[in-house]
Amino acid sequence: MIEKKQHPVARFAVYALLIILTIGTLLPLVWMLSASLKLDSEVFTVPIKWLPETFHWENYPKVWQKIDFATYSFNSLKLTVIITLIQLFTCSFASYGFSKCNFKGRDTLFLCYVATIAIPWQTYMLPQYSLMRMLGGVDTHWGYIALQAFSAFGVFLLRQFYQSIPNELLEAARIDGLSEYGIYGRIVLPLAKPALTTLTIFTFVTIWNDFMGPMIYFNTESLKTIPLGIRMFLGQYSTSYELIMAASVMSLLPVFALYIPCQKFFVQGVATSGLKG
Amino acid sequence: MANATKQETKKGISLNLRNTLVGLSFILPNFIGFAVFTLVPVIFSFILSLMKWDGFTPMEFVAFDNFVKIFGEKKFIESLGHTVYFAFFTVLLSMAAALALALLLNQKLKFVNFFRSAIFFPYVASIVAVSCVWKAMFMEDGGVINSALQMLGVAEDMLPGWTASVAWAMPAVIIVSVWRNMGYFMIIYLAALQDIPNSLYEAAEMDGASKWQQFVRITFPMLTPSHFFVFMMLTINSFKTFDLIFLMTEGGPGTATQLLSMYVYNKAFISWDYGVTSAASMVLFLIVATITVLQFRVEKKFNDFM
Repeated sequence: MIEKKQHPVARFAVYALLIILTIGTLLPLVWMLSASLKLDSEVFTVPIKWLPETFHWENYPKVWQKIDFATYSFNSLKLTVIITLIQLFTCSFASYGFSKCNFKGRDTLFLCYVATIAIPWQTYMLPQYSLMRMLGGVDTHWGYIALQAFSAFGVFLLRQFYQSIPNELLEAARIDGLSEYGIYGRIVLPLAKPALTTLTIFTFVTIWNDFMGPMIYFNTESLKTIPLGIRMFLGQYSTSYELIMAASVMSLLPVFALYIPCQKFFVQGVATSGLKG
Repeated sequence: MANATKQETKKGISLNLRNTLVGLSFILPNFIGFAVFTLVPVIFSFILSLMKWDGFTPMEFVAFDNFVKIFGEKKFIESLGHTVYFAFFTVLLSMAAALALALLLNQKLKFVNFFRSAIFFPYVASIVAVSCVWKAMFMEDGGVINSALQMLGVAEDMLPGWTASVAWAMPAVIIVSVWRNMGYFMIIYLAALQDIPNSLYEAAEMDGASKWQQFVRITFPMLTPSHFFVFMMLTINSFKTFDLIFLMTEGGPGTATQLLSMYVYNKAFISWDYGVTSAASMVLFLIVATITVLQFRVEKKFNDFM
């Protein structure tokens, strides 16, 4: 067969279209960065100047002075890291039970898990809140951690991956006298590194960006996270768009730093969760 | 002989029990947390929808009173309507955008990974940051979007008020929602596109089928499972949407963008009305559940038909 080459003009058109679409998609982020380096009087000039005349880098340290950005960052980081670690442990453990151990009622139990992924959180957020109040977990970090740490989605994601590990491999290990825990630790976990990385990234991003959970659960100033801080900023200094944008840029940086080297895992995660179990 | 069988059975049972215990031990650490903080509240929510309760005084069984109450409330019916409006356009436009982008990026191009990553990025960007930016860009005077429209020749009194106007607030939040969704679902479509065997296109080309015919006859139908999946995910997500709208419009102006999820939130954390909240959230749940079940049914019928 003759390999058909695309016409150069058509090829050019595809690239032009892609570049326009990409710029269009990233435009809000460019606007954010540009506004964060302006004076507040320059933010809404018509026609817009994408490149500020002088770069006002001092907007960034100003954010740290005006609000307690250090505390918010620390809280965001603390919650994100703890929740991610607990999820990695409990989800990878549970997924092994759901995919590699055979016992009665296993699949029914798993169905419960999957069903709750589809149930909107709004459906049970009030009973959950009351329960948490009874346990004394409202307005505490541990309460929020307890809500987020036992993710059904994480179990679902990892189970999808574990199922691709051939059972013969585990059978051979069993014959060699390795216990189920040994198989999990020595065979399945090392093989599951890509899936665990994917879950780490997904959880990190979700918790780092979460707004509604912290909004409902945290009242005390010293407990609040970055998204809440930015929201409060918007209420207090609603005209200082350059500062709000500087805070927004800073809130995006960790996710951006994770996204650039780990794109492959993001894509893998989406594609895996898209496959039907 | 009989003795041996008995012994084996006994051993069988204990082996079974052992397997169960080992399996459960793996699941337990996650299951305890999951049961306490998700499963129990879900079940409790079902029960509460039939009760009258303010969280302190004893509960009172009122059967379907809460449902009668909300369906008689204008605000609830309104927010139901807004949710359908929001979901309809978000699902349709996100699907179209995701499919178009996937087709475009399923070619051998230079920097294709860069383009894919750039378009996916809005999905992982902080919703608070993103909604602040869009709000600023949607400003009536001095906002980038209206300035651009003006440059394109839209008369000044014809410029939409976006988040400040009753008519345009919903289109504004739909645009942002599509912008966030499209990259995610593009990747799902891309994964499916890569599974379509090349031989189909080669055969079509031999028969002289045009590119458009190839799309209509091969690509689109071959993506059927993905269409179903994307449709379901998007519908569920749209019915759940809360943050974006809370941050951009707080349901306003007036109640123009008040969705069911926000109605539930207000009834829960502002009125503290457990019964009504749970009844309204049951409606939300039933809609999502019906759509999920329906789409599985239709998909199964469709597959049988194929």
